[in-house]
Amino acid sequence: MTTASTEPVSQPGDAILSVNNIEVIYDHVILVLKGVSLSVPRGGITALLGANGAGKTTTLKAISNLLHAERGEVTKGTIVFKGEEVQALSPNELVRRGCIQVMEGRHCFGHLSVEDNLLTGAFTRRDGKAAIRDDLELVYQYFPRLKVRRTSQAGYTSGGEQQMVAIGRALMSRPKMILLDEPSMGLAPQLVEEIFEIVKKLNEEQGVSFLLAEQNTNIALRYAKYGYILESGRVVLDGDAQSLRENEDVKEFYLGVGGEGRKSFRDVKHYKRRKRWLA
Amino acid sequence: MDFIHSILIQPFLDMADAPDFLIQVLWEGIVSGVLYALIALGFVLIFKSSRIFNFAQGIMVVFAALTLVGLHQKGIPAWLALPMTLGVMLLLAIAIERVVLRPLVNQPDIILFMATIGITLFLIGLGETIFGGENKRMITEELGIPTDSYIFEPFGGLVMIEQRDITAVVGAVVLVVCLLLFLNKSKMGRAIRALGDDHQAALSVGISLSTIWVLVWFIAGMIALATGIVWGARAGVSFALEVIALKALPVLMLGGLESVSGAIIGGLMIGILEKLFEIYWGQPLLGGNTESWFAYMLALVVLLFRPQGLFGERIIERV
Repeated sequence: MTTASTEPVSQPGDAILSVNNIEVIYDHVILVLKGVSLSVPRGGITALLGANGAGKTTTLKAISNLLHAERGEVTKGTIVFKGEEVQALSPNELVRRGCIQVMEGRHCFGHLSVEDNLLTGAFTRRDGKAAIRDDLELVYQYFPRLKVRRTSQAGYTSGGEQQMVAIGRALMSRPKMILLDEPSMGLAPQLVEEIFEIVKKLNEEQGVSFLLAEQNTNIALRYAKYGYILESGRVVLDGDAQSLRENEDVKEFYLGVGGEGRKSFRDVKHYKRRKRWLA
Repeated sequence: MDFIHSILIQPFLDMADAPDFLIQVLWEGIVSGVLYALIALGFVLIFKSSRIFNFAQGIMVVFAALTLVGLHQKGIPAWLALPMTLGVMLLLAIAIERVVLRPLVNQPDIILFMATIGITLFLIGLGETIFGGENKRMITEELGIPTDSYIFEPFGGLVMIEQRDITAVVGAVVLVVCLLLFLNKSKMGRAIRALGDDHQAALSVGISLSTIWVLVWFIAGMIALATGIVWGARAGVSFALEVIALKALPVLMLGGLESVSGAIIGGLMIGILEKLFEIYWGQPLLGGNTESWFAYMLALVVLLFRPQGLFGERIIERV
């Protein structure tokens, strides 16, 4: 632990992942995360909410250590996964230990077939071809549509299918924990619902824990059990999904169902933020 | 009229006149084409997996051949010198990954390109220091490569085909087939292709960059060794060999920087076309010695009309 911590770090006993007061700096100068703490319980779905530029993606990349490839680094704080500090590990090592990120915007391998895409997810595995085959079938059970399209080049599949490829590919690594970044981005509402249903099924049936970064607060809070709200690189509010859904501020700023009639958004926002969160 | 006749008609009459000579020319073209293709293949592999334009591919050919010959000169039998050279190429790949690529990861492409120029200069120095800079003879017989030639007499003419050229072509074909199988069927090959498609995503699924880079540079080293043996057998082993690597540039422009099959077809096309052009157009009309520039002209024309190369990977764009 660093001495700079400003608040006591909550560390529930059965957390699979806990992030303790991390700071992230890009290019040695740009401070993006200013002390973010959160934890994900084993077998839980936790949502990380916030507007554009709030630091959701950076938080996920700090955990999966993809930051390094973008010249970012965690300068303070610790990240503990399954009881071990992991902030110095390479993505390769993290995937091996069961923590994998599904990146925002899908990032499929466009020129590889759907099946080859899925198989790349098994890169770190050492348990033999038969086990990998089995898991491939398992992925096809969750995403029957991918089985139909297994030989097409992933670059030519639809956005929804690409999101499925990305999640399926992550599953092939036998993860304990998936960091899912903006799964709803650019997808039709129906498809978003479908993807989230699958996330829920994976969580229940495979015991995979999820940390979910979403701008779509509404759907994220329906599927997650707990949520954190980020703003300008800080956690400004957290609570279980139910209480967040009922919180007046969340309703107003993120769910768009603000309380008492129309009012000037500008005034309220500044006043409330200063008073309640950043005081 | 005469002029047009001599460009458009006379060359083909010449070809029809002496079909045996045409076959000979085509064969020579194929052999040099195969070599261009091999060098281009080394470029393509490294470019695909790391977006680095590897200027050092040419010197790696020389260095591999030099190591092989040099080890033999130091009294090591050929059958042992070959695997030892492979070992040296593996060490080289590991060293390049550790010392050059890893510290420079995330730097702009141009810096990595400059770094490969650095590697080139370093290898020239290293090769000269250890094995000396003088022209050497490739240990063709010692490696068991036949040096006789077959003589055919089709159409009452005469075609001479050297056995070492046949070995070279067959060897190159085997190498390419193995490489394609490796890239398309194996886990590592899949990872190399994945890395070529999306760097970030490859990292995110746990593909280890350093492993893949070492592997790719080692494969490029093996290809360089094969090229070095074949070319050395024809022209001797010297640092002048490096210039043939420049011929890979028009091949790459023709075939596209990212396409394995493009490199092969591009190499063959340039090899054959430059020989045909030299014999039937260059010598009678332009006074010869067109081989040194024809490939670049061809590449320029291709660049004008198809900037991604004839076989460059199609950019998949979804709207």
